[in-house]
Parts: sequence; C-alpha cells; structure tokens
Amino acid sequence: MNYLAFVVRRLISLIPVLFGISLLVFFMIHLVPGDPAVTLLGSHATTSAVAELHKQLGLDHPIWRQYLTFLNHLLHGNLGESYQYKSSVTSLISQNLLPTVWLIVAGVILAVLISVPLAVWAASRRNRLADSAIRTIPLVGLGMPAFWLGIMLILLLSLKAGAFPASGFGTGTLNHVRSIILPGLTVALALVPILVRSLRASLINVLQSDYIVTARSKGLGVPRVVLGHALRNAAISSVTVLGVNIAYLIGSTLVVEKVFALNGVGFLMITAIFNRDFPIVQGVTLLFAIMVVAVNLLTDISHAALDPRVRLS
Amino acid sequence: MTVISVPGSATDTVVPTTRRRRKHNVLLIVGLTLFGLLVLAAILAPVLASHDPIQQDLANARLAPGSPGHLLGTDELGRDIYSRLLYGARIDLRVGVLAVVSPFIIGTVLGLVSGWFGGWLDTVIMRIVDVVVAFPFFVLVIALVFALGAGTGSIYVAITMVGWVAYCRIVRGEVLVAKEQEYALAARASGLPTWRILFRHLLPNVVLQAVIYSMSDIVLTILAIVTLGYLGLGVPPPTPDWGSMIQDGQQFLLTQWYLATIPGIAVVITGLALALIADGLVDRFDRR
Repeated sequence: MNYLAFVVRRLISLIPVLFGISLLVFFMIHLVPGDPAVTLLGSHATTSAVAELHKQLGLDHPIWRQYLTFLNHLLHGNLGESYQYKSSVTSLISQNLLPTVWLIVAGVILAVLISVPLAVWAASRRNRLADSAIRTIPLVGLGMPAFWLGIMLILLLSLKAGAFPASGFGTGTLNHVRSIILPGLTVALALVPILVRSLRASLINVLQSDYIVTARSKGLGVPRVVLGHALRNAAISSVTVLGVNIAYLIGSTLVVEKVFALNGVGFLMITAIFNRDFPIVQGVTLLFAIMVVAVNLLTDISHAALDPRVRLS
Repeated sequence: MTVISVPGSATDTVVPTTRRRRKHNVLLIVGLTLFGLLVLAAILAPVLASHDPIQQDLANARLAPGSPGHLLGTDELGRDIYSRLLYGARIDLRVGVLAVVSPFIIGTVLGLVSGWFGGWLDTVIMRIVDVVVAFPFFVLVIALVFALGAGTGSIYVAITMVGWVAYCRIVRGEVLVAKEQEYALAARASGLPTWRILFRHLLPNVVLQAVIYSMSDIVLTILAIVTLGYLGLGVPPPTPDWGSMIQDGQQFLLTQWYLATIPGIAVVITGLALALIADGLVDRFDRR
C-alpha cells in the first residue's frame, strides 16, 4: 500500500473515535440520575437559575436532539458559555492555551534529554551496575505522584536554591523559559520511568540484530556501534514509544499546572471544577482528548514515513 | 533446590532459570512483605495510632517530627501526622485495591468475548476502547468524578469506566493467540458449551497477564485517588487521605517542608511495593 493511501485510511479511522469522544463528553452531565441542571448547579441552586439553565442547555428537548444541537455547536467551534466568566469557552481556552503548549513541548524535550542517555547507557552495559541502577528508576518513579514531585522540586530548586520561580508564567519570552523549566521537568520526570523502560528494551532488541553483530565483528567499538548504528534504528521505535505515552504526559500537565499556578488550560479546568463551571470542564476535557488523538495520528504517519513496513500491516 | 515444573517451560534451560527465579522470588517476597506491612498498618491503625487523627490541638500546631508524643510532628491544626498517615492508608489502600476489582472483571470478560467471537462484537468493543483511551487517564477520571460529585463512590464509578479498557486489550490479545492453540481447538471440537470453554479452559491461561497488570493498575489508581484528594475531589475532610494531607502541607512548604513531604513518601513506598510484586510475578510466572 502506498503512503498516501495509508494516511487516508488512518484519517478515515478517526471518524468513529471523534464521534465517540463527542458522545462521551456530552453524556458526562447525564451520568448522575436526576435533573442535570440541579447536578450542575448544586442542590442549593435557586429555581430560577435551574430554569434558566434548562433553557440554555435545551434540557426540555429529547436527549437525541440535545446531542445533535451539541454536535452542531461543536462543529462550529462553539463549546458553550462559561457560567462564571460569562464568555465563550472557546475564547477562554484559546487565551489559556499558550502556557499549556509550552509545558507539553518543554516536557517532551526534557523527557527525551533525560531518558535517551539513560536508556543508551543501560542497554550498552546490560546487566552491569549502571544497568541495574537505571532499572530501579521505574520501580521508584512509577509510584510518584506528579503533583508531589512538583512540590518537591519547588522546595529544592526554587525555595532552597532560588534557581527558578516557584509559580506563574512570567512575562516576556525569557521569563516564560525560566518559568516553564520546573513544571516541564516535573511532567518530564513523571514520564521518564516509563520511557527509560521501553527505550532500554527496544535498544537491547536492536543490539541483538545481525547488522550490529556484523559491525561489532568488524572491530568497531561499543560506543561507535551504539551511537552510529543502533540508536538510529532504535529512534523509529522510540518515536512510537513517545507517541503512545504522550497521553500520559498531557494528562499530568493538568495537575502540574495547578501546583505551579501556571495559567494554562489545565489550570482553567481545575479552577472551573471549584466553581462548578461545567462548560469549561467539558470543553477542556474534549480538548485534551483531541490533542491526544492528534499526537497519535502524527506518530502513526511519521512512523509510516520512517518505516515502510508499517504501511503493510 | 527443586524446580517446580511449569507446563510449557520444558524448553527452558534449567540452570540459569533456577538462578533467575530464585533472585526474583526475593523481589516477590520483599514486595509482598512490604505491601503486607502497609496493609497491616492500615488495618491496625486504631491500635497503632498515638492520637485521634481528626482531633485538633491548636496549641500544639506545626510541631516538627520527633517532638515528644508526636513521632512525625503535627499539622497546621495540631493533628498528629503519624496517626493521620495510618488512617490515610486505610482510605487510600482500600479504595485503591477495591477500585480495580470491577474494571478487572468487566475488562477480562469483554476481552474474552471480544477475542473469542471476533466479528461485529469485537469491532464495537474495540471502537469503545479506542474512544476511552483517547482521553488522558487522569483528565477523564477527574472530569468524571467532578460530574458525579466528589467522594469514594464516584471514584469507584470513574475508575471502572476508564480502567476496564486496559484489561480488555490485554486479555483480548492473549485470547487471539490462545484460541489457535491445540487445547482450545480440542475443547471446541469436543462440543463443549462456549461459556465453559471460555471460563474453564481459556480464562486460566489468559488471566495471568491481567493479574500482573493489575499490580501497576493499583499503583495508577492510588495515584489517581491521591491526585483527586489533592484537588479536593476525594474523601471529604476531615477524614485523612494522603493527597489532601499534601495539599494542606503545600502552603507551609517554606517553614514546615515535612508536612507535604511525608505523605508523598508513603505513596512512593506503596508504589515500590506493588512494582516489586509485579516484577516478581513477571519473572516467576511469565514464560515468554
């Protein structure tokens, strides 16, 4: 199958997923039995507020018609209106999107910078001391809450060492960079255990293949073989490993933004949770899912571009 | 040492396997011991605790660890941290372990059915799986708990709605391999009813991977519970929970750093115990 056909088929496969995502997000308010308007506003809400919300959400219509209205609005980029800010959720999200994008990018860069050297070191010294030490990282790291890790980094690197700001996003590019390092490191470190484990396994796999044995038997040293031959081929599977786990990283930005008071979409959602501002929670949840779907799509098409074997399966 | 013969492991070379198994049995034993101690501490909390975990004592607020009568110090309301930690374990460990039971059962059954029957049923189930995995785990759990209302009941429901997909994928993959094997073909050829083939013959052979995964799933679930507690969506106060303890302590980071640090260490130790059990299980039972 040629590349273009692969991409087209992959795009078509998105349709049921996107449809399902919209259904799940729509039905979130209908999970609790009873009147969704009361659920949303809390049991202390006044009758007039409940009635107004009924009108606003079209709750008096049959459920299928409510969903179609929701879907129609969604396709026009309308995610409803925030109860608290009295402005459209779409514009609130776009105002808060920048810090989140910075955080995800910083997280990915730092995660790769930390994980790749560790994985290469472990794989090239398999079963030696360095490898055993690196293999304990997932054991300890997987049970570490990301928000707690962030608090510990604030304690050590911000309050004690004074190296980085403890919260906020700053103004101007230079301050953005300084402000994003600690939260970026937090989401990166939350991902490192998973990444190191998978990268080490895929590197070991590559190191056992015939062409590596050939390179070694020609008399090339281990560093040369690992850096010149193995890493290049392991990079393809690494892209996939990263793509699969990016959902985890994107998910951890939510609570990390809260820890660092970084005014991204995750912070917007957490604030909305406290204010019972349902449209924002709904909109940001949807946005997170779409980001994951987009990253997975990019991973698959770049994987297929790098490795022709993928297109056949 | 006698090697217990595991069916299908005949091709393994005996000497390295024995050494490997012995080494990792140590991991399994250490993990089980550690987790056992944590569970024991949680169960015996009323006996082990030195104070009432919700009793405030403002005259003795924010005492440092090692203060007389307060092993790990006190929080901003003068409540004993050691006692709160023990009672927090009761909540977090119980909910963490119980919350994976229904996703485990639902995911395993759907995975069995999906892998065995294939066809449209498989397509429908796998499309639903695709939708659920499109959401980052923490985001969907937090949004669902918000929609359902804070509290343990909502946590169970939310974790079930999100967690079953992993078990479904794992078991389905195992069934796709297992159903081509001779014992499955033989069971089919002998005309046994389908439910009997699935639950008596296939299930014991495919469930191992799901059990191994459930260990890391408990860790993930405890992380979710602690995160919800941190965000104020967990167990309502004043009931202690490790996540809300960290949240309470964060504002005193500059002066009483241990308030936010200690409960986090408890979470990490729990995660370590379960990760050791998972690794031990892989090396003990996994034949691949």
